[in-house]
Amino acid sequence: MRIEKLLPALAAAALLAQPLAARAEEGVAYPHAGNDIRNTGSLQRGARNFMNYCSGCHSAQFVRYNRVAADLGIGEPVLKANLMFTSDKVYDPIKSAIRADDARKWFGNAPPDLSLMARARGSDYLYAFLRGFYLDPSRPTGVNNTAFPLTAMPHVLADLQGVQKAVFKPASEAGGTPEIDRLELVAPGTLTPEQYDEFVRDTVNFLEYIGEPVQVQRRDLGVWVTLFLLVFAGFAYLLKREYFRDIH
Amino acid sequence: MGNQNYETTSGGGLWGWINARFPLDKMLKEHVTEYYAPKNINAWYLFGSLSLFVLVIQLVTGIFLTMNYKPSSAEAFASVEYIMRDVQWGWLIRYLHSTGASAFFIVVYLHMFRGLLYGSYRSPRELIWIFGMLIYLALMAEAFMGYLLPWGNMSYWGAQVIVSLFGTIPVIGDSLAEWIKGDYFISDITLNRFFALHVAAIPLLLVFLVVAHILALHEVGSGNPDGVEIKKYKDAKGVPLDGMKFHPYCTVEDILAVAVFLLLFCGVVFFAPTFGGLFLESPNFEIANPMQTPPHIAPVWYFTPFYAMLRAVPSFAGTQIWGVLVMFGAIAVLFFLPWLDKSPVKSIRYKPALSKVMLALFAVSFVVLAYCGMKPPSGIFPLLARIFTVVYFVFFLGMPWWSRMGSFKTVPDRVTNNAH
Repeated sequence: MRIEKLLPALAAAALLAQPLAARAEEGVAYPHAGNDIRNTGSLQRGARNFMNYCSGCHSAQFVRYNRVAADLGIGEPVLKANLMFTSDKVYDPIKSAIRADDARKWFGNAPPDLSLMARARGSDYLYAFLRGFYLDPSRPTGVNNTAFPLTAMPHVLADLQGVQKAVFKPASEAGGTPEIDRLELVAPGTLTPEQYDEFVRDTVNFLEYIGEPVQVQRRDLGVWVTLFLLVFAGFAYLLKREYFRDIH
Repeated sequence: MGNQNYETTSGGGLWGWINARFPLDKMLKEHVTEYYAPKNINAWYLFGSLSLFVLVIQLVTGIFLTMNYKPSSAEAFASVEYIMRDVQWGWLIRYLHSTGASAFFIVVYLHMFRGLLYGSYRSPRELIWIFGMLIYLALMAEAFMGYLLPWGNMSYWGAQVIVSLFGTIPVIGDSLAEWIKGDYFISDITLNRFFALHVAAIPLLLVFLVVAHILALHEVGSGNPDGVEIKKYKDAKGVPLDGMKFHPYCTVEDILAVAVFLLLFCGVVFFAPTFGGLFLESPNFEIANPMQTPPHIAPVWYFTPFYAMLRAVPSFAGTQIWGVLVMFGAIAVLFFLPWLDKSPVKSIRYKPALSKVMLALFAVSFVVLAYCGMKPPSGIFPLLARIFTVVYFVFFLGMPWWSRMGSFKTVPDRVTNNAH
């Protein structure tokens, strides 16, 4: 076999290897969120968590209530009674009640829209962020965050998680910034640490879903498209072989 | 009844009526049913028609995207999400288009590499290569302007970086950058003009250039992996002995190529549309923010070899123009390829080891530079980028010398094999 025939395969392999390498080297490695986008129960709980704890300040302006309800198998009465607090039309997008001006005055920053946060930052980051609040009296909110240092967001979920403090590594050199070794619960919340992790995982799952609501259908459709193309390629090959019998 | 003669000469019915007035039959024969391609062409020769296929994907999906996209800085980002969420099949159209952009460069790069392998740019095909290079330039402009349209943060800062390159030109630089942007910074005005260029001006130019590329090809005939001219040996009817009709032979081959291509392409569209952040970069899921740069600004992968060269050259004499010159030079030098190559043979098959090593080094340098361009300029990457920028230029600028060195195999008179 001539070497030039191997080149396309090599090129394809190099191209496919790249994103894997890129992903491995991308910034900080967060612990895996472990959420399952096909787990409807988890997504429903995530929707509940989002509407109750996040949507007061954060919009998801590209997401409509009834789309969420339809995708997650939530009936309209349940949707209206339990998940809609600010808006009265089911086809409205999820908008927070907070005014951007006020938010800037109160927190220094308007809370970002969460429609695409999981796509922009990744689910693992969000999982780390929501579990990463710790006491820091130097911050105006009283808390800091391991995944997003100096965040303007207060620890909204402190009631559930409880309060954590940072345990620092012994400073190796005088004057160096001490590194955080781990976070330790100093006052328990209403949830156990395991329950809280589950709560955050569901919420992150929901955020990943609203990042791209079509993603599950997209992959399912992709299987059929691939099967069709395999059959099509098979016939295309047979057709080509038949014609090339004439070529000597 | 004056044209009755025409109708009888070109057949009856509607077909005859048309052909008496328009050279439809003549064109079909010339370019499809009686165009002869060498029968030894191999899989490398499929990337031309695949490029055309991707161009059609981009044109068609682009038209449908335009129906729902809003070219204004206030609405662009939201309108893309509207397409992704509220427009029927909008997500599919958008992913086909965004994946198509990367696929376009993949097939075009492979198509160009085929040219390097088999000397497709050598006489009498210099002008085909020149048209091809113009297509490549138009494609880069098209991709760059299209990338601003979603108005994500990487769109914004990527455009900022590229436009500021023009600002390094002495004397006129700043005014030129301002003229391109139509403003003092990337703004709504810039977005509007990039939209106009992306959806009307450059696609028109692209289609025109593709027609010229194909007409020039069909004028001189296709090359082949042996680098021999099939027109040299013809039968009594003037048909090349080593040729096969474009239709049905090349067309059935192209159908198979399209099927295999679509398997890979749809694999990305349906299972990994962001391709790990390479085809759609994650900072672009945040709206353009002039106050906040993304943590690491890098162009999309297909520009990164040139971006790496730009960064590899240090600034001196108080200006950064040198890196810009090297980057544009890396593209400009490709235009001269037909005249830089002094090899007595066209195809890699009959070239000495030195030529093979040089081509391999060039391929490696392109891939390594692409990788360096994606990475932050720290650690080993600036050094690698410098080394391979030199390799890249040695390949081209040294070509008049190294391409004639070594002992060449004898090129056969006729094609050696059927690749099928």
